[in-house]
Amino acid sequence: MARGTGSFILRRLVHAVPVILIVAVGVFLLLAAAPGDAVDAYLAQTGSGDTGFAAQLRQQWGLDESLPVRFLMYMESVVTLDLGWSVAVSAPVTEAILVRLPSTILLMTSAILLAAVLGSVLGAVAAMRRGSPLDGTITTIGLALNAMPGFWLGLIFIVVFVVGLGWFPLAGMSTIDGPTDPVGHALDIAWHLALPVITLALTYMALYMRLMRGAMIETRASDWVRAARARGLPSGRIVRGHIARPALLPVVTMLGLQAGAMLGGSVVIETVFAIPGLGSLAYIAVSRRDLPLVAGVVLAGTVLVIVINIVVDLAYARLDPRVADERVRSGPNR
Amino acid sequence: MHSRPHPRRRALTLWSTVALAAAISLPGSVVAQEPVTGGTLVVAADSEPANLNPAIAASNGVFFVSSKVVEPLAEMAADGGLKPLLATEWMGSDDGLTFTVKLREGVTWHDGEPFTSADVAFSAMEVWKPLQNLGRIVFANLEAVDTPDDLTAVFRFSAPTPSQLIENALPAITSVIPRHLYEGTDIATNEYNLKPVGTGPFVFTEYRPGELFRLTRNEAYWDEGKPYLDEIIFRVLPDPASKAAALETGDIHLTAFSAVPLTDLERLDAIDGLSAVTEGYDGITYAISLDPNHRRAELADPKVRQALRLAIDPQLIVDTIFLGYGATPATGHIPRSATEFYSEDKPLYTYDPAAAEALLDEAGYPRIDGGSRFAVRLRPAPFFAETRATGDYVRQALEAIGIDVEIVSADAPGHIQAVYTDHDFDLAINSPVYRNDPAISTTILFQGGLPDGVPFSNQWGYDDPKMNQVIADAATEVDPAARVELYHEFQRIAAEDLPIIPLVEFTFTTVTNDRVHNVANNPRWATSSWADTWLAPE
Repeated sequence: MARGTGSFILRRLVHAVPVILIVAVGVFLLLAAAPGDAVDAYLAQTGSGDTGFAAQLRQQWGLDESLPVRFLMYMESVVTLDLGWSVAVSAPVTEAILVRLPSTILLMTSAILLAAVLGSVLGAVAAMRRGSPLDGTITTIGLALNAMPGFWLGLIFIVVFVVGLGWFPLAGMSTIDGPTDPVGHALDIAWHLALPVITLALTYMALYMRLMRGAMIETRASDWVRAARARGLPSGRIVRGHIARPALLPVVTMLGLQAGAMLGGSVVIETVFAIPGLGSLAYIAVSRRDLPLVAGVVLAGTVLVIVINIVVDLAYARLDPRVADERVRSGPNR
Repeated sequence: MHSRPHPRRRALTLWSTVALAAAISLPGSVVAQEPVTGGTLVVAADSEPANLNPAIAASNGVFFVSSKVVEPLAEMAADGGLKPLLATEWMGSDDGLTFTVKLREGVTWHDGEPFTSADVAFSAMEVWKPLQNLGRIVFANLEAVDTPDDLTAVFRFSAPTPSQLIENALPAITSVIPRHLYEGTDIATNEYNLKPVGTGPFVFTEYRPGELFRLTRNEAYWDEGKPYLDEIIFRVLPDPASKAAALETGDIHLTAFSAVPLTDLERLDAIDGLSAVTEGYDGITYAISLDPNHRRAELADPKVRQALRLAIDPQLIVDTIFLGYGATPATGHIPRSATEFYSEDKPLYTYDPAAAEALLDEAGYPRIDGGSRFAVRLRPAPFFAETRATGDYVRQALEAIGIDVEIVSADAPGHIQAVYTDHDFDLAINSPVYRNDPAISTTILFQGGLPDGVPFSNQWGYDDPKMNQVIADAATEVDPAARVELYHEFQRIAAEDLPIIPLVEFTFTTVTNDRVHNVANNPRWATSSWADTWLAPE
């Protein structure tokens, strides 16, 4: 099993390379098509300048070359993984991304897990109480949350829980001059991330809820459940092991597919709660038309989503032994 | 047994009790209090600028943080004159070819190295003149900076440069950076652009990208006894609603540059302990300007442009869009607060839609079948909520006189390219800045013959020989009185031709916790050094 897993991961990573290249080309074309370039963005911020200033900056930043030349220079930087200097944040692109990556990973994985767990539990409850008022309430609330814009929900939470009740801190990742011991620091970060994670999770929870509910209603009526009941297994064990567990498969699959969407949602949440993550960096990069930085952020996000999907696939194989056997069978030792 | 107090002593006791009662009951700003040393001021950061070096990027966002660390030669004083900082005296020669500056003695950089004229010469020749957005304009003719001794710098120009202009520009363009940290490096990518080293009251201590900037007191600051604050922390809070919430929770003490939406100001001002303040921004006055593209035949006609102005009510913009905060109707692109240059000796326009309609008829653009006369595309700049809102209002106002308006939106770089490079607009709403002297960023909006692709310049297709001559003469006129007279003439021509249409002049609002003292006490307060700012204990 271990060897099969290793070669499985390797094959997925190899398949990721063309994906990354296509994304890189797409980023270049989109940014080149957008009106205004990095110099226009910079001058919008700083204002003024004499007649030669814009031209000088374009020359300094390599923006006066023709489009094909700029494309070749760009693809070379992508392939060598040397994205160079970001004029938007005056730092090497790699450094700018690595500084902010941990916050986004923390925010996103927490939100994904919370959304999946909350959604599965609520979906399970709704499925087992199908048709009851509880089922209707759960489904309606989930859909209502899904329909709300994330930034609005975030602001409402701030008004109620921060300004009103004072239960949570306003913004940022940690208290300025807060605890520096590992446990204290970790708790401080958790306290700061609580509202953003909850906001992000609540807006995406509905999908998992409905999937879980639908899948469980189906498995509940299946042959093996009737057989288990006939064998006299306790109903709690039947619900957990025979109804819920197979119903998790679509939820787990959806986690991988939703990862990209949630990364997009994190841009808004990071802005509202002032979390210094990849999402807010993406916004800065695009509004300042900084091609290397946009490329870096998009590529980092792509890799993140690919990794999440690989993890999801491995989890899927854990949940469904039939899938695991298939993958081992289709490995190099066939 | 107690005798009754001496009558004089009783009177003294009575009056001192009255005075004490008055002192306690009057608001803090009325009674002069003794500054308290200590405390950390927490401020909402304006933006996260690409770099923090004000010698390269002379812009509000950079100054907001860096002016506490890096000092210019002089700053604007409360009375409108100049307050010496790194320079103690300055004098321009009669022929306008030299400008001599005497520097302050005993100043050190934050790393302990001494500040000398060599730093000024380096900053001027290697940064202000070639690399700085504003310095390129003022120091265009700078040839060399001589340093006869450690405390004297002599600027030498190849063509007459008015000392009046240089003096007006000192606060914005002369931030001095340390030669020993920049010489021989690529200035644009130097690491100190993100952790500035200066001579100012605060030392740059920490930058956490996306989170905060931290400044700490400079114990060796040349102004003894200052600064009062221990630390200033600029917190990055991108969302305007979060900033308002942060003021309410006390997480931050201050927001500047109208960071809080105008609609929140009344609510915040009403809260005990918070105040909305519109003073302290006169040195950085903006305008809302309606800019027509003269390449459109209709808009090339001055009568049509005058009609546009008559159809718009600037007072409505002040009352409805700015909610009365920090804005007044404009008469030209030099604001009333620019007392040195402002002149009212020019045509003034009122709000008169009927007269506008008559002018359009006269100009040969009647209503077709009683409907509209012609259609235009309007691009409101996305820089402020107010510029966008003015776009909506202008559309209504022009529709009322028979001009169909289609609004086209873009983000900031898109707007810059569309208007200033592609000229892809009929009307644009822009927000030009008056920077204390018309030659810095105002006359360039009227100067003819410029190449394409120069942002914030005359890209309207306007080229008037009279105007060009006045601008050129004033740029090299060394006598201050004559120069002022030339700018009066400039205002007259601008108001007669109306190549671009000024609507409103505006400044910004600061929302502050009442514990913060010496707020808004000079015309460029938000971008000044805050050496005298202090925080009352809770």
